[in-house]
Amino acid sequence: MSGHTDMVLVDENGMRIDGRTAEEHRPVLIEAGVLSNADGSAYLEIGKNKVLAAVYGPRECHPRHLQDPNKAIIQCKYNMEAFSVSDRKRPGPDRRSIEISKLISEALEKVVLTELFPRASIDVYIEILQANAGTRCAGLTAASVALADAGIPMRDIVPAIAAGKADGHVLLDLNKEEDNYGQADVPLAIVPSTDDIVLLQMDGNMTREEFDHAIDLAYGACHEVYDLQKAALKKRYSKTSKGADSDE
Amino acid sequence: MEKRNAKFTREIVVPGDLLDDSGMESGNNTYTLNGNVYANILGVKSVFQNTVSVIPLGGRYMPSTGDTVIGVIIDIGPSNWLVDINAPYPAPLHVNEVPWKVEFGDTSRYLGLGNVVLLKVLMVDESKKIQVTMKDSGLRKIEGGELVEIPHSKVSRVIGKSGSMIQMIKNMTDCRIFVGQNGRIWVDGDDENTTVTVEAIKMIESNAQSSNLTEKVKAFIESKLPQTSDDDVEDEEE
Repeated sequence: MSGHTDMVLVDENGMRIDGRTAEEHRPVLIEAGVLSNADGSAYLEIGKNKVLAAVYGPRECHPRHLQDPNKAIIQCKYNMEAFSVSDRKRPGPDRRSIEISKLISEALEKVVLTELFPRASIDVYIEILQANAGTRCAGLTAASVALADAGIPMRDIVPAIAAGKADGHVLLDLNKEEDNYGQADVPLAIVPSTDDIVLLQMDGNMTREEFDHAIDLAYGACHEVYDLQKAALKKRYSKTSKGADSDE
Repeated sequence: MEKRNAKFTREIVVPGDLLDDSGMESGNNTYTLNGNVYANILGVKSVFQNTVSVIPLGGRYMPSTGDTVIGVIIDIGPSNWLVDINAPYPAPLHVNEVPWKVEFGDTSRYLGLGNVVLLKVLMVDESKKIQVTMKDSGLRKIEGGELVEIPHSKVSRVIGKSGSMIQMIKNMTDCRIFVGQNGRIWVDGDDENTTVTVEAIKMIESNAQSSNLTEKVKAFIESKLPQTSDDDVEDEEE
């Protein structure tokens, strides 16, 4: 956001440095149920981002004082691996990862039916294996697939994607160069069935019109990501269920 | 109840999927929004009469009143034990709910840490406080045998249609088997038979979605344990 470069981020044909148009997101790959020891898990790639999410619970809440007698709490831990960025990231929680953890757990609390599990805790672990801008969106997208995979009751699955502005153009799903040398970054997460917003931030400057356009782009892309999330969950069970009879 | 109809609409749904917009009743694991019924869990859609519901494919075991479960003692108090029954909450077992007369503070003489017990869920209240009991026929402390854990959603496959699967395994292996609703299964018998039974249960777990499972398991046990004519097996009640 703050850096300066001579790099042309969007050329005269409206092409971006990775060959996308302004309204195109990076290729997304989602796989559910990749870990056997967690109750639920998901692996997600969006462009060069690689994210692993794991869910445990609902289980007894630890530490005890965090328990809520009316509902379950969602404890989220967003962590970037030391090798996730080109300069080694100093391991451990920092200001940024604490913020993102809080953000993601609050977004998920809006969809999970926490009132079904009073005093319990649902633990979500998000590991960023490789980062290339947009990891909070990738992390939230993966975490909600992992929650559904864990069989946790929720109103909907949450897709998230960022829009932003670079080189004076409003772009969908910024990559690292566009994020570093661009003018604005707007991550958005929604509940697709109602189009409610559960996460919205803005870093940088945009006009009101540019912002509206960015939100429109992100809304559209969220619904595309949502379809991929659902497909990933269904694929996990359709592999094994051909011709199955269900004597429950 | 939902069994018969689940067959016809074997459709996997994810949270947020629209199940019905024609005014059907919302059943288990669903919610309604603007009169439409949506799924709130990953599972299989099932329609029974005028109700749509979702049969979960996974998830934590949630105890409900009357379930028979297998628990492990994890803590001892002066007048109760804390039992882990694989639920999100620990289940206290009060001294009044055991078949022995226990003096105050004498609890550890009867059940120690790590002991395995057959229990019945006495009550689950609104705030998910659980009470369990050992005062019912067949409930007791378990000694010997082997404990297998499977996801609780696959328990119904291990039991089979009206107990066909479990009956077949019991008859063929001559083992005593107790299936807890919480996904814990206790097997007791000869060393070799027990091993085969445990393998058979693991096989059911990994092939829970396949059809004609009872026949496959039968063939598996036959290959491991050449059957001598032993039809005179006493049946342990599930």
